[in-house]
Amino acid sequence: MSGTVAGVEARMPIRSDLDLVWVRQHVRRAAAALGFGLVDQTKLVTAASELARNTLVYGGGGEMAAEHVRDGRAQGLRLTFSDRGPGIADPERALSDGYTSGGGLGLGLGGARRLVHDFSLDSTPGVGTTVTVTSWAVRSPRQREEPR
Amino acid sequence: MPEHETAAEQTTPASDVGRFLHRRREQIAQRWADEPLFRTVFTVSRDEAVEAGRVLVDALAQVAETGRVADTDAAGFTAVREQLTGMVASRARFGLTSGQVSTEVDGLRPPAVTLLAADLPEATPEHLRECTTLLTVLMGTLRLVVLETSLSEGQALIDRQQLELMEATTPVIRLWDGIVAVPLIGTLDSARSQVVMETLLESVVDQQARFAILDITGVPMVDSLVAQHLMKTVAAVRLMGAECVVSGIRPAIAQTIVHLGLDLGTVVTRSSLADALAYALKRLGADIVIAAPGGAGPR
Ligand SMILES: Nc1ncnc2c1ncn2[C@@H]1O[C@H](COP(=O)(O)OP(=O)(O)OP(=O)(O)O)[C@@H](O)[C@H]1O
Ligand SMILES: [Mg+2]
Repeated sequence: MSGTVAGVEARMPIRSDLDLVWVRQHVRRAAAALGFGLVDQTKLVTAASELARNTLVYGGGGEMAAEHVRDGRAQGLRLTFSDRGPGIADPERALSDGYTSGGGLGLGLGGARRLVHDFSLDSTPGVGTTVTVTSWAVRSPRQREEPR
Repeated sequence: MPEHETAAEQTTPASDVGRFLHRRREQIAQRWADEPLFRTVFTVSRDEAVEAGRVLVDALAQVAETGRVADTDAAGFTAVREQLTGMVASRARFGLTSGQVSTEVDGLRPPAVTLLAADLPEATPEHLRECTTLLTVLMGTLRLVVLETSLSEGQALIDRQQLELMEATTPVIRLWDGIVAVPLIGTLDSARSQVVMETLLESVVDQQARFAILDITGVPMVDSLVAQHLMKTVAAVRLMGAECVVSGIRPAIAQTIVHLGLDLGTVVTRSSLADALAYALKRLGADIVIAAPGGAGPR
């Protein structure tokens, strides 16, 4: 059982509000295909929504790459959001709850970090920002729990 | 089945409505067959329309009996989902938007409510009101099921459809004198949230509503932006002098909200649309001693 699960790997542009819809939809489906339960799907979709919107709003657009990752028998989904925008000068501050430079709630980055298993932020001012998150399914793939 | 004077003690409005639907199955199906939705879908014979109506009445009766009248996932709906999909597809081929189909589904409500009132001549105004409310919620849920159907129909949404849905999925339903509700379906992006807010505020004014219920059962995800939109809408409703209740926050979403760090502290929330309605009715009842007797039913 080491074949790839169909419909998980993808590179998707993040250039418009509508692209955010596709990103969310893809993450939802990919997570379901990998056996994520409804709660874990919702958490990952929400994190992806936050990060994709930051890519669009602050990074000036970019893309998301989705990968199927494995660790032994565990199935995971890794999402990488990258842009060539202005970068984040002070990542600590950006990650702190309530900090916003754009009239948001300032919960996106910090919230996304809490919603996933692994989170890494790599940003260089003037070059761009890459945020990578990974979450793991508790069940095996395809034994998908339907929301009913 | 004998009716007891003290029926209210053993029977709930849900079971009463369930029994009513069984009892009046034929009449309801006959009336529905003449409503635009059935008339236009079943063009070959009226019998077909009546038969489809019977199936739908049975499904609604089953939902009522299980008491899950506000739950689009109630088992009873499963039986008719395919039939509804077919009906929606047929209307879509006629060029109707999901909003228009939704309005046609709403057209099934008045005949059913009228029959209910005729069916319970002995009921106290209070009991009749409860049953009517329950039937209204049930018919609203049917409308949601139909909307869901039309949404999953067109998984491959194109931009234009997206825009149509934006308006189509924000019907404001008048649940009671002074109580309006918007069942939200799909993700509340900035554009949609603007439409929702405007539509809702307008109907708060038009209906002189004291309560506005935002039902998010059909919202798949609440992130910081959706939350911000919700809170703005709640604040705007308050400015209009009405109270806003957010209902239908599902467990997966509740957990996500907590991790995200959102504080909905000042927002009144209820788990289901029915609970939100009960809350609003209670608050209204506490203020207005007697609601207009008899004909206080919706529409
Ligand atoms: N990709 C990015 N490029 C540049 N700056 C970013 C990027 N992502 C986040 N930031 C900065 O980090 C801040 C905090 O981001 P965060 O997502 O936590 O809050 P927000 O987007 O301002 O509000 P919210 O997400 O709650 O609506 C942003 O206001 C912005 O200044
Ligand atoms: Mg953000």
